[in-house]
Amino acid sequence: MTDTNMTGATDNTTASAGRDAQDHADIVQPVITTKDLSLTFQTNDGPVHALSGIDIDVNPGEFVSLIGPSGCGKTTLLRVIADLEQPTSGSIEVNGVSPDAARKARAYGYVFQAAALYPWRTIEKNVALPLEIMGLSHAEKKERIARNLELVNLTGFERKYPWQLSGGMQQRASIARALAFDPALLLMDEPFGALDEIVRDHLNDQLNKLWHKTSKTVVFVTHSIPEAVYLSTKIIVMSPRPGKIYDVIDCKLPRERTLEMRESKEFLDVALRVREGLRAGHSYDE
Amino acid sequence: MILSSPLVGASRLLIPLALLAALTSLVFPVFQTETNIQILVWTHVPLLTLFLLIVATAILQWQNYRGSAGADLMVGVLAHGGVGLLIWMLDGRAGEASGGFWGLLIACWLLAWVFVDRLASRDFENHNVQKLINIVIPVIFGAWLLIVWECMTRGLGVPRILLPPPSEIGVRFSDSTSILWADFKQTFLHAVLIGYAMGCGSGFAVAILADRVPFLRRGLLPIGNVVSALPIIGVAPIMVMWFGFDWHSKAAVVVIMTFFPMLVNTMTGLDCAGRMQRDLMQTYGASRWQTLFKLRLPEALPFIFNALKINSTLALIGAIVAEFFGTPTVGMGFRISTEVGRLNVDMVWAEIAVAALAGSLFYALVAFLEKVFTFWHPSIRG
Repeated sequence: MTDTNMTGATDNTTASAGRDAQDHADIVQPVITTKDLSLTFQTNDGPVHALSGIDIDVNPGEFVSLIGPSGCGKTTLLRVIADLEQPTSGSIEVNGVSPDAARKARAYGYVFQAAALYPWRTIEKNVALPLEIMGLSHAEKKERIARNLELVNLTGFERKYPWQLSGGMQQRASIARALAFDPALLLMDEPFGALDEIVRDHLNDQLNKLWHKTSKTVVFVTHSIPEAVYLSTKIIVMSPRPGKIYDVIDCKLPRERTLEMRESKEFLDVALRVREGLRAGHSYDE
Repeated sequence: MILSSPLVGASRLLIPLALLAALTSLVFPVFQTETNIQILVWTHVPLLTLFLLIVATAILQWQNYRGSAGADLMVGVLAHGGVGLLIWMLDGRAGEASGGFWGLLIACWLLAWVFVDRLASRDFENHNVQKLINIVIPVIFGAWLLIVWECMTRGLGVPRILLPPPSEIGVRFSDSTSILWADFKQTFLHAVLIGYAMGCGSGFAVAILADRVPFLRRGLLPIGNVVSALPIIGVAPIMVMWFGFDWHSKAAVVVIMTFFPMLVNTMTGLDCAGRMQRDLMQTYGASRWQTLFKLRLPEALPFIFNALKINSTLALIGAIVAEFFGTPTVGMGFRISTEVGRLNVDMVWAEIAVAALAGSLFYALVAFLEKVFTFWHPSIRG
């Protein structure tokens, strides 16, 4: 990765943190920085302002959730970070370089709304897909497949085809695939949106343990308030038309979380603030 | 309940019908030259036995229509042995079959129906036996098509020029295997297979090329459309002028016929990978070739196999018809057009049989490969 000059962090907490760190010659370099980022889609019905003036910073090891109603641009923002959409104005850097360069350097793993596994490949071959594209050796592929399938509790299903597994298992396989080449950054776009609540709780728990164990940086798009609060260290509440940031909430629960914490006062306070943010951001709609 | 399963219900209805049909042979003469009383004459002992057996079986089955395996087998043996007897009796009596004959034939056919019905409704423990039964059922079905054909043509005395009985076609087939083999080699092994490989191969290659070069995509499709609309009747003589009388000109016709279905299907197939799947490849920073080989080609396989299946029949039609327009004195199309002129209709039918056999085996092979390669597709995995 090239050396970079970071423009100053934009929100207050990280800005001061950065200054403190500089004194210790230990600069916390954000993984993702956006400055006044906007994206307008040109459609037949005229322009649609998907994103407007987005300023965010994501620091290493953070778990950042993007939450908001449909059409608030949270998925679009994630896609811009992944270089799957191009912003119309503003700047964005991932690992200190452009999203395009970051993508080509395989800086992130992306988990989609659906598992998007290839039906002609077995589970292990699906996990091997990114490794094949990167041209890893056979031995290393084997080792990583085994390690990552174990991480998502899918050991023993290597030779199964995706359509032989349940939706939850498929989504876990797709997470193993995103982790296979060991990216420091994980981008997840409503990965559990299509699953029922019991499976979702279970996978949330597993994801939290995984994040805690691997200390990766995660950007997570969701509709669900409990999911966002349960998983995140920082919750970004977005509002629609044009998609912009309404509130940024720090969630100071311990990194390793248990389902019981959902009843704690701190959890409920954060959830309440998120809910109020969502309601206020949406109010002019009515 | 009586109608515990529709199959059993069908058998229940079929058995009295078979009995009724057999009874007509008592009322109507079996052959026109005889009176109905003659069924009781000693020359008709076999027919009398058949009649009595049908009656006995019908009564037995009626009593216990669920039938044991042995009883079912007896129905099958009776149906097919009986019809064999009927065909044997036709010898020297062409065109003389009368009401009683048709009654007995229908009785045998209904019993065969009962037999197949029972076979199909039975669950066999042994997997291999079940597999065998799954083959036997369509074979019996096909055999009865031939049996009815044989009885109709010989019993009604249909002129051979219009429709020869299958037995005569069979005799002609086995008498002229060397000619048939030479024709098969010329038409199928050369014109069809080589033309098919070249047509499908080039259609595929051009589709890949057009995928990379956008202007080809826009320019080629309309032109390909025109080419595919060319009537082979018009193109074949020109191909003969270009590539000579031998199989090369026929292969060229096959190439023209098979190119376009392959091109269109491959192009459609290459476009059918989902947005998410493509995005995934992009997030890996995959090259265009990697995306092509690891995502878009596998996704296009069902379409490509569709084209291969369509083309397997098109190629055979193209090669045979193209031989009508100039050919050396060998080839399936050549043989059909000349033998029809010499009123050797049984030879024409023998060639048709070869073409049908080769065509369906070819198709079956492609369908088998499709199953192997696209086992994952919802239409195959079921």
